Amino acid sequence: MTSIRLLGRWVINSVLRLGRATMFLTATLVGVFWILRRFQLILQQVFAVGVLTVLIIAVSGLFVGMVLGLQGYNTLVDFGAESSLGLVVALSLTRELGPVLTALLFAGRAGSALTAEIGLMKATSQLAGMEMMAVDPIERVMAPRFLAGFIAMPLLAAMFTAIGVLGGYLIGVGMLSVDSGVYWTSMQEGVDVYDDILNGVIKSVVFGFVVTWIAVFEGYDAAPTSEGVSRATTRTVVIASLAVLGLDFILTSLMFSEI
Amino acid sequence: MSQVDKSQDSLIQIRDVGFSFGDHKIYDHLDMTIPRGKVTAIMGPSGCGKSTLLNFIGGRLKPDTGDIRVNDVSVPSLNRRDLYALRKQMGMMFQSSALLTDLNVFENIAFPIYEHTELPDELVKNLVLSKLQMVGLRGARHLMPAELSGGMTRRVALARAIALDPMLVMYDEPFTGLDPISLGVIVKLIREVNDALQMTSVVVTHDVAEGCSIADYVYLLGQGRVIGQGTPEEMSGTKSPEVRQFMGGLPDGPVAYHYPARDYKEDLFQDWPDD
Repeated sequence: MTSIRLLGRWVINSVLRLGRATMFLTATLVGVFWILRRFQLILQQVFAVGVLTVLIIAVSGLFVGMVLGLQGYNTLVDFGAESSLGLVVALSLTRELGPVLTALLFAGRAGSALTAEIGLMKATSQLAGMEMMAVDPIERVMAPRFLAGFIAMPLLAAMFTAIGVLGGYLIGVGMLSVDSGVYWTSMQEGVDVYDDILNGVIKSVVFGFVVTWIAVFEGYDAAPTSEGVSRATTRTVVIASLAVLGLDFILTSLMFSEI
Repeated sequence: MSQVDKSQDSLIQIRDVGFSFGDHKIYDHLDMTIPRGKVTAIMGPSGCGKSTLLNFIGGRLKPDTGDIRVNDVSVPSLNRRDLYALRKQMGMMFQSSALLTDLNVFENIAFPIYEHTELPDELVKNLVLSKLQMVGLRGARHLMPAELSGGMTRRVALARAIALDPMLVMYDEPFTGLDPISLGVIVKLIREVNDALQMTSVVVTHDVAEGCSIADYVYLLGQGRVIGQGTPEEMSGTKSPEVRQFMGGLPDGPVAYHYPARDYKEDLFQDWPDD
């Protein structure tokens, strides 16, 4: 009986939370409309969530591309198909690894930072102080951060993919015996702008929207204590990562499945 | 004890307010009148709902029953736009000061001015410097909040609260955790700022001496209602045991020293761990 009651409480709390998150998103989207007039605020946040995430994205993209080059070559060479290495690396990155890994890294680096920052602003009454100064914190704090995450995520995914392709090139052409021209030609012939690149961009836009929404909402909804902020930060990384992986399956099914 | 003459010019009227947090009743038929142009201290023990009252006045919380009128406007019934318009005429100094940690002292005070006006930079600079001069921190305008002492932080928060020359300034526990010099400065500033700018001040505090030293009128809250009110002199001379206990800082009285528990002897002979 107790476990049924606990399950019921969990379901009710989850539905309430989802309702709060949806209302928060609606208010934030209205806030985005107003904040577009204050470009400087958006630019500051693009720097904080985007530019400061570039290093981890670039390094990760390089290593992922190098591993793809190495693994891809070892597999393809058995079938005498090492000339397709460029295509394998590019498709893996544009369709899947670029958007998904960037979103996971973005949730860990920028998402957790957003949640912690907003949560601490709440814990130290900064958000309440803004409200009392007749400044709407959703418009002034949440909306620019949300918009910045939404803008930065696809750009970071594009960067990850491009650097990954270069990483594959370094290994395939630089260390192994794949011809440089063949590496690029296979990519040029096999990668479709709409089926591969555009679908990858759509994925990264969706992931950027969801990860930033989760991060900003968790900060805003955090209990105003150090423990509350810590829990909210953890929840951001866990929920955002699971959401990215779940959404990736759904989007992949819609985009690439013949079913 | 005298009561505020309700026919006199009052800025805030709190009428028949009831409010509960879950099962815990905070207010039960609370009535208060805050006179315009005066410093009113709202005192009471920790947890009696003093800060909640400021949240009602600022429209951050709505009472379950009753009405709060500020400048003859019913705050709980305001829509968001009108509420924000009213808040532009209010300033609030939080216990934690609530300074924006990514802005320096100057930018913190300029924040509400830039948000609500389109004044040229030169004029904003002069306004901010005049407020900083008032609180004695003109020389600290480049410092970040993390570089300020507790007393300086409160002074910056005060300067920010009066940045738009509001009609009402609310102070939430302004004396807590300050050293004697900073305490003296804040006490002096609250009184001087109120008189110089002809505004109304509401000071929520449990510090009896400081509260009484600057207040024109004092309300004492307890058990969800006003248990005493009057000028500081009247409050000091009262015969009400509840008021005397609080004003004198007596450890036992109507507010019991012991948290409700069963008989001590019974507790000592109870098997351990108990139920």
